[in-house]
Amino acid sequence: MNLILISALWGVVMMFSGLFIKSRTAAKTVAIAGAVALLIGNMFDLTGKMIISSDFKGMLQYDRFGLIFLTVLVVALLIYFLLSGDDVMAVGKHPYEYFALIFFIVCGAGLVALFNNLLILFIGIEIISIPLYILTASDKRNLKGNEAALKYFLMGSFSTGIMLLGIAFLYGGSGSFRVESIAASANDSFIIFTAIGIVLIMISLAFKVSAAPFHFWTPDVYDGAPTVFTSFMATIVKVAVFIGFLNLFANGFAGVTAKWQLTVSIIIALTLFIGNITAVYQQSVKRMLAYSSIAQAGFMMFSVFAINDMAKQGLLLYAAAYSLATIAIFAVLSKMKDYTFDGFNGFAKKQPVLAFVLAVCFFSLAGIPATAGFFAKYYVLTAAVKAGSYLWLVIFAVIMAAVSVYYYFRVIQAMYFKDGEGQDIVVAPAFKAIMVVVAVLIIALGLLPSLLTNFLTLY
Amino acid sequence: MTALLLILIPLIGGLGAFFIKEEKQVKSWSLIVSLAALAVMVYVLLSGSPENKIYSADWLPQLGSSFSLVMDGMSAVLCLLTVVAYPIIFITTWSSKYTSSNSFYGLMLLTMAGLLGVFLAADGLLFYFFWELALIPVYFLCSKWGGERRIAVTFKFFIYTFIGSLLMLVGLIWLYYQTTDASFSMQSLYAVKLSTAQQAWLFWLFFIAFAIKMPVFPFHTWQPDTYEQAPTAVTMVLSALMVKMGLFAVVRWLIPMFPAGSYEFSNIVIGLSVAGMIYASILAMQQDDLKRLIAYSSIAHIGLMSASLFTLNESALQGAMIQFFSHGINVLGMWVVVELIERQFGTRKISELGGIAQKAQGLSILLVIVALANVALPLTNAFVGEFLMFNGLFKFNIWFAAIGGLSIILSAVYTLRMIQKVFYGNTNELTAKAVDISWFEKAGLIVIVAFIFVLGVFPKPVFAMVNDTVTMILGIFK
Repeated sequence: MNLILISALWGVVMMFSGLFIKSRTAAKTVAIAGAVALLIGNMFDLTGKMIISSDFKGMLQYDRFGLIFLTVLVVALLIYFLLSGDDVMAVGKHPYEYFALIFFIVCGAGLVALFNNLLILFIGIEIISIPLYILTASDKRNLKGNEAALKYFLMGSFSTGIMLLGIAFLYGGSGSFRVESIAASANDSFIIFTAIGIVLIMISLAFKVSAAPFHFWTPDVYDGAPTVFTSFMATIVKVAVFIGFLNLFANGFAGVTAKWQLTVSIIIALTLFIGNITAVYQQSVKRMLAYSSIAQAGFMMFSVFAINDMAKQGLLLYAAAYSLATIAIFAVLSKMKDYTFDGFNGFAKKQPVLAFVLAVCFFSLAGIPATAGFFAKYYVLTAAVKAGSYLWLVIFAVIMAAVSVYYYFRVIQAMYFKDGEGQDIVVAPAFKAIMVVVAVLIIALGLLPSLLTNFLTLY
Repeated sequence: MTALLLILIPLIGGLGAFFIKEEKQVKSWSLIVSLAALAVMVYVLLSGSPENKIYSADWLPQLGSSFSLVMDGMSAVLCLLTVVAYPIIFITTWSSKYTSSNSFYGLMLLTMAGLLGVFLAADGLLFYFFWELALIPVYFLCSKWGGERRIAVTFKFFIYTFIGSLLMLVGLIWLYYQTTDASFSMQSLYAVKLSTAQQAWLFWLFFIAFAIKMPVFPFHTWQPDTYEQAPTAVTMVLSALMVKMGLFAVVRWLIPMFPAGSYEFSNIVIGLSVAGMIYASILAMQQDDLKRLIAYSSIAHIGLMSASLFTLNESALQGAMIQFFSHGINVLGMWVVVELIERQFGTRKISELGGIAQKAQGLSILLVIVALANVALPLTNAFVGEFLMFNGLFKFNIWFAAIGGLSIILSAVYTLRMIQKVFYGNTNELTAKAVDISWFEKAGLIVIVAFIFVLGVFPKPVFAMVNDTVTMILGIFK
């Protein structure tokens, strides 16, 4: 509860700071302070010391998984602010507002991670979505950004409508918005209302996490939005929706697994195929990352597919591995002028430290052992094998992982093996230091994933 | 603990090498590190105490995986080969120049750590870990310091092997859930009871990964290009050591885990291997580039070894394991010669060379011995292994032995032709100015030649070493 409260309040604080603090650059400092406050609040959440400890008549549930997940999210947010805070301020005239919107999104993420009632899920998803529409269009003079925002808004509203309809159907099937009541009604003798409800909610959540065939908005929005917000959308927002997705299916629909698993497996296969194959043909690294985020969503969907212990640990690791790597890559990318693969030529000579960190990040995204990405993929795939009888899907997924090596390694090849001048980018020593910390975290999780997963069982 | 040292020394040494800026110093450092690993290995073998050959520590208990190393006879042979090969590689390529040499030598040592890890790992997940990790430094080595087409060629090699190993990973995870004690340890994986149908598809998931690495026909297409484009020092690592990973894994993991599958598909695998032997030998005869010639000849030799492993009889298994070592030494010798020739004349084309023997006698004598070992002449180390392997193949199926035997003749054809064209005949303007090799390069080659003769007449120590592995494999089929 602390996290939800603090993030909402800090959003308001940020907005008012914009009125009273004249210095533009202070925005980043206030935001970092907010992220630290969130982290501390979350720590107290974990130990059970909350400002308001009510669960609002069962609307929220403070389970360990959701809280630990929020820890990962807040740490990612902190790193995001530290690495990209300057770029957030450089987007436009209203730096404080941008940070405020980000804090509101985190509030939504908190609701989505801890919901125990479909209304809270719906409110959480909406709190996440609406600020995102604004952030996408934050660079007002950029036509592409405006187009992307409008597209995103229209399609997003449509999917919200579908979700609401799904919730209505589930209510029709069970007579309640509570997840437990829905779980009780979703058994072998479930009525058609529940079935329709499950399908509609699946569609709308698949839209939010950009799973195929509901992914069409993703490349345009990610490409059109300011790079620094693309980074935020592709990482923190995406994994936040995934926790809601997983929690709903694990707690609500576990009784009828057999009915929806095939559908989810088809979504996974399509997502992996479209994301990976299309990414191969991209010429811009930013667009490639947009498609790669679709592909990575396919792997994260495995946790929704398997909904067992392994899947939960897997999603946790995946969230950490994927967010860390993607935030770091985007942080460097947003400082560059040329977004093409050739723009990275000779980068290793110019910036050896940053090139090394980027290489580690791309290794992690590709799932090479000794990086966090390997164990993230390992856990979700193992979860799927454990769930049984869908081995073809796992084999298909690993072949797609091999395809992903193709486009991730193109950047490494450009940085290390191709001749070029290397773009001039200006970075502070502190930036480099944080990047190195990110690389160390990725490698540490790649050697000992239990550093993170053990928190789930501690206490 | 001593077993762990074998991995730690090159790992730490490799990481350290990145920070040494001076080229001479980094070369000496790498040599010292590799010699230190050699010393540890010799100590392990001489001490004979079994405690030195195993190590176990907690790694990921919740995943059922532990950091456990076991050195049985076959891994001892391959570890020994690795720690012997590395100093020879460093000595013979001492005069080669590499840009940013600290990264080059650092990556070379990291590869060594990965290789030793693969040969020692006694835990399925750990094995996979090292299997992949050995590949990453090689990817950088080939892509950065290789020939003109290096980036595309290395990439093909990487993706090829990566797909193979991921398929293996799926098989491994599936197998893990069949173990009774939810563990990746070697014993638990061996003990899984599987139906013949399950063994059949699991066999292929694993075998393709290993076959790509070896490589067995028709998975070999990455190999000649990669060998040609990689810097020769790396080619030595690839062909003397890295291909053994595939053969090693067949004996250590594939056959014990899926005995019925291995038995069922032995005809197909041996058929592919024998076909590859003939195919590669014919191609080797037509190559003008020395590196490609040796690359194809290597496919032929590997084919014989993989065929022998699947005959599953004593003679062939013993022969194959001795040949692991002998082939490593011999092919290393061949690459050393290529490196020395290329460095001196700037070309590897057979058609542009000739008459080197008139000027560089030391080099020529040593090369002829290595080349004769490559065709498995009696008294050389390769003869022992090949004789046993053909003996075993003959017992398995006379036709396979007969067709495979053709490759011996073909190998004599292309090897002798190469010697004749490169070393004898008249000099041209390129080779007229040839000078003999330096003393330390000679010393490196003499070590190789010594191994060739000693193991050629006295192979018993290696027999004794691999005995336990052979007994273990045969025990499964009793």
